[in-house]
Amino acid sequence: MESFKKVSSIVTPLDKVNVDTDQIVPKQFLKLIQKSGFGKFLFFDWRYDENKNKRPDFVLNNPLYVNSKILVAGDNFGCGSSREHAVWALLDYGFSVIIAPSFADIFFSNCFKNGILPISLDEKTVEKLQQETSPIEVDLETQTITTPSDKILFKIDSHKKKILLEGLDDIAQTLQYEDKITEFEKNSKISSILIND
Amino acid sequence: MGKTLFEKIWESHVVVKKQNGPSLIYVDRHLVHEVTSPQAFDGLRLNKRKVRRPDLTIATMDHNVPTNDRSLPILDQTSAIQIKTLEKNCKDFGIKLFDINSPNQGIVHVIGPQLGITLPGTTIVCGDSHTSTHGAFGSLAFGIGTSDVEHVLASQTLWLEKPAPFEIRIEGKIKNPHAVTAKDIVLSIIKHIGTGGGTGTVIEYRGEGITDLSMEQRMTICNMSIEAGARAGLIAPDEKTYEYLRGREYTPKNFESMIGLWRDTLKTDSDAEFEKQFVLHVDDIAPQVSWGTNPGMTCDVTDSVPSADEFAKGDLNQKKGAEKALAYMDLKPGTPIEDIKIDRVFIGSCTNARLEDLIEASRVIKGQKISHHVRAMVVPGSQMVKKQAEEMGLDKIFIDANFEWREAGCSMCLGMNPDILSPGERCASTSNRNFEGRQGTGGRTHLVSPVMAAAAAIKGHFIDVRKMDLS
Repeated sequence: MESFKKVSSIVTPLDKVNVDTDQIVPKQFLKLIQKSGFGKFLFFDWRYDENKNKRPDFVLNNPLYVNSKILVAGDNFGCGSSREHAVWALLDYGFSVIIAPSFADIFFSNCFKNGILPISLDEKTVEKLQQETSPIEVDLETQTITTPSDKILFKIDSHKKKILLEGLDDIAQTLQYEDKITEFEKNSKISSILIND
Repeated sequence: MGKTLFEKIWESHVVVKKQNGPSLIYVDRHLVHEVTSPQAFDGLRLNKRKVRRPDLTIATMDHNVPTNDRSLPILDQTSAIQIKTLEKNCKDFGIKLFDINSPNQGIVHVIGPQLGITLPGTTIVCGDSHTSTHGAFGSLAFGIGTSDVEHVLASQTLWLEKPAPFEIRIEGKIKNPHAVTAKDIVLSIIKHIGTGGGTGTVIEYRGEGITDLSMEQRMTICNMSIEAGARAGLIAPDEKTYEYLRGREYTPKNFESMIGLWRDTLKTDSDAEFEKQFVLHVDDIAPQVSWGTNPGMTCDVTDSVPSADEFAKGDLNQKKGAEKALAYMDLKPGTPIEDIKIDRVFIGSCTNARLEDLIEASRVIKGQKISHHVRAMVVPGSQMVKKQAEEMGLDKIFIDANFEWREAGCSMCLGMNPDILSPGERCASTSNRNFEGRQGTGGRTHLVSPVMAAAAAIKGHFIDVRKMDLS
């Protein structure tokens, strides 16, 4: 995973609440066996009509936002299915920051595994950011969002911040505790599933 | 101060606790399926890692398998590749697989309990959000993303922030349990607390309205915890739990002695505190029908479709969401729910495709035919459910009524296989999500119980199943 430091770009305002992962990447695209190439399926049914023509009223089809790296959405973003494909699609499309009043738990956790920074801010601030037309800067180190008129501080768990800043391999970190895991297993009362086989 | 059941299970699985940070939690059971695992196995290969505990891991194929004749080849090449990939991964890494021809194949959340793999007091994960189903057995069970699937394969653990305990108490007694079901209880809960109402929490369902339920009904409730945004949902085990599990194929040899331990430990202390609470009285609840595009957009079958204003109660964002939902669902506010005509009926999914669900639905169907303009199908949750149902003659009841009787899989719950809605088609579905396009691009899903779906199939429109003869 690449390390995350600063991102500057204009924001893509997605003025919707309860955006579920079925919308972020519809099920017909979950059959790939690799992680790459999901960007073209991002918000597929909102981006394209039944004849695969672009829907002009959908925000991602507005040329203004083509190079945007920051998505600003409504409450409870990423609810529903646990599919990490949703995060892979956002990342592959070019988003590395998602700002919303709140996120669904599994989606939130999936973001950090892939180098996407999810930021939750109060509803008023999010609405204000959705109106912002100039580029903004998101700095993870200082936990600051800078707009032409404002400096907004955001909160992030210190462990999660470290993972993003250093682009750490989660599993390698965990395997440093292998002796503790082995010790735990020795004391576990739960037997293996296949003991009866 | 006492502890909640969730806190007890959590604490007994902490391997490492970081100060002011996450805990490393041990995973007792890891369930794997074809859609969310290929990239995880690839990651292991790339880093030359093994599966730490193949003996705590089982796999099956459920999401994209066809539900028609199993002797035919899978026509969709991408599905076929995904299935072959799971076969290869399980072989390479030594994982037990219930493949498409196994008598134990089925939806992962149906086969876990059915085989006795799901046990009280355990931690269970799967790359699927409906893993919360297994909480019905007093386990801490939750869905994870593919990176976490890889993490569990490699280490049998996960880093987790501790969620907050949330008590949902179900009070009272349902008057007609053949017509008002566990599905109606859980849809009512989500209607009240919303799809984000449980975010950051683990729900414990308690009260008479829960202990009265069978194990299969409890699974329906816990299954939809994720639709309220909760990380997991669980129910303290009792004698019904132990009776259900006793003698199942994969229950451990020390099962009887474990019961003693579970009886003593797996309950919330009387002086434990929950961070959040909600009470639902079920004496008079009606069968529920969702009208919108998330499970919180639900009303009584006796109601009419609400206006966006009525639904939003002053919240502008919710109003916009409801307007969009009404347009997508092509519904006019004020239309009685019972006047909504349907084209399709789907009885299936990890929410409602267990034997009891099929028995209850068959009581509604028996001796009748489905409406001439409706296409209806039953997709049993597992091959074992299918076999048991056939031994009871349920298949005949459904087939005689012109239902299609299928092989086991997730099927039209998410439409990854050929079972999908056409654009504009309206479906009474026993599944768990009514998101836009969930059952097929442009398809319109109404979430209901199995008996409500069966009744709608006969009438061709929604009807309060309490009016029907269920004797």
